[in-house]
Amino acid sequence: MLITTTKGLMEESLLEKRTGGVDNEDERTTWVEYRLGGELVHRSAHVTLKKSPAMFGVAEKIGG
Amino acid sequence: MANTQAMCTSFKVELLNGIHGFGAGGPAHASADSFKAALYLTSATTNAANTVFTASGEVSGAGYTTGGVDLTGSPDWIAPTAGATTTAYTTPTASIVYTTVTLTTAFNCVMIYNSTQSNKAVSVHLFGDQTITAGTFTLTMPTNNETLGLLRIV
Repeated sequence: MLITTTKGLMEESLLEKRTGGVDNEDERTTWVEYRLGGELVHRSAHVTLKKSPAMFGVAEKIGG
Repeated sequence: MANTQAMCTSFKVELLNGIHGFGAGGPAHASADSFKAALYLTSATTNAANTVFTASGEVSGAGYTTGGVDLTGSPDWIAPTAGATTTAYTTPTASIVYTTVTLTTAFNCVMIYNSTQSNKAVSVHLFGDQTITAGTFTLTMPTNNETLGLLRIV
Protein backbone atom coordinates (compact mmCIF):
# COMPACT_ATOMS: atom_id res chain seq x y z
CA MET A 1 0.00 0.00 0.00
CA LEU A 2 1.24 3.46 -0.84
CA ILE A 3 1.33 6.09 1.90
CA THR A 4 1.26 9.84 1.35
CA THR A 5 4.31 11.27 3.09
CA THR A 6 6.31 14.46 3.23
CA LYS A 7 8.62 12.79 0.70
CA GLY A 8 5.85 11.78 -1.68
CA LEU A 9 4.12 8.45 -2.04
CA MET A 10 6.04 5.67 -0.32
CA GLU A 11 5.51 1.96 0.04
CA GLU A 12 4.21 1.19 3.54
CA SER A 13 6.69 -1.66 4.01
CA LEU A 14 9.56 0.85 3.91
CA LEU A 15 8.18 2.80 6.86
CA GLU A 16 7.91 2.29 10.60
CA LYS A 17 4.24 2.40 11.60
CA ARG A 18 2.92 3.54 14.97
CA THR A 19 -0.71 3.73 16.04
CA GLY A 20 -2.48 4.95 19.12
CA GLY A 21 -5.52 6.66 20.46
CA VAL A 22 -7.56 7.89 23.36
CA ASP A 23 -11.10 7.13 24.46
CA ASN A 24 -12.68 9.34 27.08
CA GLU A 25 -16.03 10.97 27.80
CA ASP A 26 -15.43 13.71 25.23
CA GLU A 27 -13.96 11.89 22.26
CA ARG A 28 -12.66 8.68 20.75
CA THR A 29 -9.50 9.33 18.77
CA THR A 30 -7.19 7.13 16.76
CA TRP A 31 -4.01 8.17 15.00
CA VAL A 32 -1.44 6.59 12.76
CA GLU A 33 2.13 7.72 12.18
CA TYR A 34 4.74 6.58 9.70
CA ARG A 35 8.43 7.28 10.21
CA LEU A 36 11.40 6.93 7.93
CA GLY A 37 14.69 6.60 9.75
CA GLY A 38 13.06 8.13 12.80
CA GLU A 39 11.70 11.12 10.89
CA LEU A 40 7.94 11.65 11.01
CA VAL A 41 6.73 11.61 7.41
CA HIS A 42 3.02 11.01 7.88
CA ARG A 43 0.48 11.48 10.65
CA SER A 44 -3.29 11.20 10.32
CA ALA A 45 -5.91 11.38 13.07
CA HIS A 46 -9.57 10.52 13.35
CA VAL A 47 -11.58 12.15 16.13
CA THR A 48 -15.11 11.06 16.94
CA LEU A 49 -16.85 13.69 19.03
CA LYS A 50 -18.97 12.39 21.88
CA LYS A 51 -20.00 15.43 23.82
CA SER A 52 -21.32 18.79 22.72
CA PRO A 53 -22.63 21.96 24.32
CA ALA A 54 -26.37 22.01 24.92
CA MET A 55 -28.42 25.18 24.94
CA PHE A 56 -31.09 25.47 27.59
CA GLY A 57 -34.32 27.25 26.75
CA VAL A 58 -36.48 28.80 29.44
CA ALA A 59 -40.08 30.02 29.20
CA GLU A 60 -40.68 32.17 32.28
CA LYS A 61 -44.01 32.26 34.09
CA ILE A 62 -45.97 35.44 33.46
CA GLY A 63 -47.08 37.48 36.44
CA GLY A 64 -45.35 35.16 38.95
CA MET B 1 -5.38 31.66 26.66
CA ALA B 2 -7.44 28.67 25.67
CA ASN B 3 -10.32 27.58 23.53
CA THR B 4 -13.61 26.87 25.26
CA GLN B 5 -16.36 24.59 24.00
CA ALA B 6 -19.58 26.52 23.62
CA MET B 7 -22.61 27.38 21.61
CA CYS B 8 -21.87 30.95 20.54
CA THR B 9 -23.94 33.58 22.36
CA SER B 10 -24.63 35.52 19.17
CA PHE B 11 -25.97 32.29 17.66
CA LYS B 12 -28.61 32.08 20.38
CA VAL B 13 -29.79 35.58 19.52
CA GLU B 14 -29.74 34.77 15.82
CA LEU B 15 -31.89 31.69 16.41
CA LEU B 16 -34.54 33.92 17.99
CA ASN B 17 -34.30 36.19 14.96
CA GLY B 18 -34.62 33.30 12.52
CA ILE B 19 -31.24 33.87 10.90
CA HIS B 20 -29.98 30.30 10.55
CA GLY B 21 -31.50 27.67 8.31
CA PHE B 22 -30.36 24.21 9.38
CA GLY B 23 -33.18 22.60 7.50
CA ALA B 24 -35.29 23.63 4.55
CA GLY B 25 -38.76 24.99 5.05
CA GLY B 26 -40.52 28.07 6.28
CA PRO B 27 -40.71 31.52 4.74
CA ALA B 28 -37.21 32.56 5.80
CA HIS B 29 -35.42 29.47 4.56
CA ALA B 30 -36.74 27.86 1.42
CA SER B 31 -33.47 25.93 1.31
CA ALA B 32 -30.99 25.04 4.02
CA ASP B 33 -27.94 27.23 4.57
CA SER B 34 -24.35 26.13 3.94
CA PHE B 35 -21.92 25.76 6.81
CA LYS B 36 -18.15 25.50 7.18
CA ALA B 37 -15.73 24.22 9.79
CA ALA B 38 -12.42 25.90 10.69
CA LEU B 39 -9.68 24.54 12.95
CA TYR B 40 -7.96 26.56 15.69
CA LEU B 41 -4.63 26.30 17.42
CA THR B 42 -4.52 25.12 21.00
CA SER B 43 -3.05 28.53 21.85
CA ALA B 44 -6.05 30.39 20.39
CA THR B 45 -8.97 31.90 22.25
CA THR B 46 -12.11 30.68 20.54
CA ASN B 47 -15.30 30.55 22.59
CA ALA B 48 -18.91 31.67 23.05
CA ALA B 49 -17.91 35.29 22.46
CA ASN B 50 -17.07 34.68 18.81
CA THR B 51 -19.78 36.14 16.60
CA VAL B 52 -18.39 35.31 13.15
CA PHE B 53 -15.62 33.19 11.67
CA THR B 54 -12.21 34.64 12.46
CA ALA B 55 -8.80 33.81 11.02
CA SER B 56 -7.23 34.83 14.33
CA GLY B 57 -5.74 31.72 15.88
CA GLU B 58 -6.73 29.54 12.93
CA VAL B 59 -4.38 26.76 11.90
CA SER B 60 -2.24 27.16 8.81
CA GLY B 61 -0.22 24.77 6.74
CA ALA B 62 0.05 22.93 3.47
CA GLY B 63 -3.29 21.80 2.10
CA TYR B 64 -5.35 23.86 4.54
CA THR B 65 -7.35 26.80 3.21
CA THR B 66 -8.24 29.70 5.48
CA GLY B 67 -11.83 29.26 6.55
CA GLY B 68 -11.58 25.50 6.66
CA VAL B 69 -13.82 23.16 4.73
CA ASP B 70 -17.47 23.00 3.74
CA LEU B 71 -19.76 20.62 5.53
CA THR B 72 -20.42 18.12 2.81
CA GLY B 73 -23.83 16.71 3.58
CA SER B 74 -26.82 17.46 1.43
CA PRO B 75 -28.16 19.28 3.30
CA ASP B 76 -25.28 19.97 5.68
CA TRP B 77 -27.31 19.07 8.78
CA ILE B 78 -29.72 16.28 9.55
CA ALA B 79 -33.18 17.84 9.66
CA PRO B 80 -33.71 19.35 13.14
CA THR B 81 -36.14 17.31 15.14
CA ALA B 82 -37.47 16.80 18.66
CA GLY B 83 -36.87 13.74 20.76
CA ALA B 84 -39.16 11.90 23.13
CA THR B 85 -38.33 14.50 25.75
CA THR B 86 -38.37 18.26 25.20
CA THR B 87 -34.97 18.40 23.48
CA ALA B 88 -34.60 19.58 19.89
CA TYR B 89 -31.40 18.59 18.13
CA THR B 90 -29.42 18.36 14.92
CA THR B 91 -25.99 17.11 13.81
CA PRO B 92 -23.97 17.51 10.61
CA THR B 93 -24.90 14.89 8.07
CA ALA B 94 -21.34 13.81 7.31
CA SER B 95 -17.91 13.71 8.90
CA ILE B 96 -15.73 16.79 8.48
CA VAL B 97 -12.58 15.86 6.58
CA TYR B 98 -9.36 17.81 5.95
CA THR B 99 -7.57 15.80 3.32
CA THR B 100 -3.79 15.76 2.84
CA VAL B 101 -2.85 18.59 5.14
CA THR B 102 0.21 19.39 7.20
CA LEU B 103 -0.60 21.16 10.45
CA THR B 104 2.47 20.98 12.64
CA THR B 105 1.37 23.34 15.41
CA ALA B 106 -0.99 21.70 17.88
CA PHE B 107 -4.70 22.37 17.42
CA ASN B 108 -7.67 21.30 19.51
CA CYS B 109 -10.73 23.16 18.31
CA VAL B 110 -13.21 23.43 15.46
CA MET B 111 -15.59 26.34 14.90
CA ILE B 112 -18.70 25.68 12.86
CA TYR B 113 -20.12 28.72 11.13
CA ASN B 114 -22.81 29.63 8.63
CA SER B 115 -21.21 30.64 5.33
CA THR B 116 -24.59 31.52 3.83
CA GLN B 117 -25.27 34.03 6.59
CA SER B 118 -22.11 36.18 6.47
CA ASN B 119 -20.02 33.57 8.28
CA LYS B 120 -21.97 33.87 11.52
CA ALA B 121 -20.54 31.62 14.23
CA VAL B 122 -22.57 28.67 15.48
CA SER B 123 -20.52 26.68 17.95
CA VAL B 124 -17.05 25.76 19.16
CA HIS B 125 -16.07 22.15 19.85
CA LEU B 126 -12.92 20.83 21.51
CA PHE B 127 -10.88 17.63 21.26
CA GLY B 128 -7.43 16.54 22.37
CA ASP B 129 -4.38 18.23 20.87
CA GLN B 130 -3.53 17.05 17.37
CA THR B 131 -0.96 17.59 14.67
CA ILE B 132 -1.15 16.25 11.13
CA THR B 133 1.74 15.53 8.78
CA ALA B 134 0.94 14.90 5.11
CA GLY B 135 -2.18 13.19 6.33
CA THR B 136 -5.91 13.45 6.83
CA PHE B 137 -7.76 14.82 9.82
CA THR B 138 -11.28 13.48 10.20
CA LEU B 139 -13.93 14.67 12.64
CA THR B 140 -16.74 12.18 12.95
CA MET B 141 -19.96 13.44 14.44
CA PRO B 142 -21.73 12.00 17.48
CA THR B 143 -24.96 10.07 17.17
CA ASN B 144 -27.79 12.40 16.24
CA ASN B 145 -30.16 12.07 19.17
CA GLU B 146 -31.46 14.10 22.08
CA THR B 147 -28.54 13.30 24.36
CA LEU B 148 -25.62 13.27 21.92
CA GLY B 149 -26.58 15.44 18.93
CA LEU B 150 -23.99 18.09 18.15
CA LEU B 151 -26.44 20.96 18.70
CA ARG B 152 -29.16 20.48 21.27
CA ILE B 153 -31.75 22.85 22.70
CA VAL B 154 -32.84 21.29 25.97
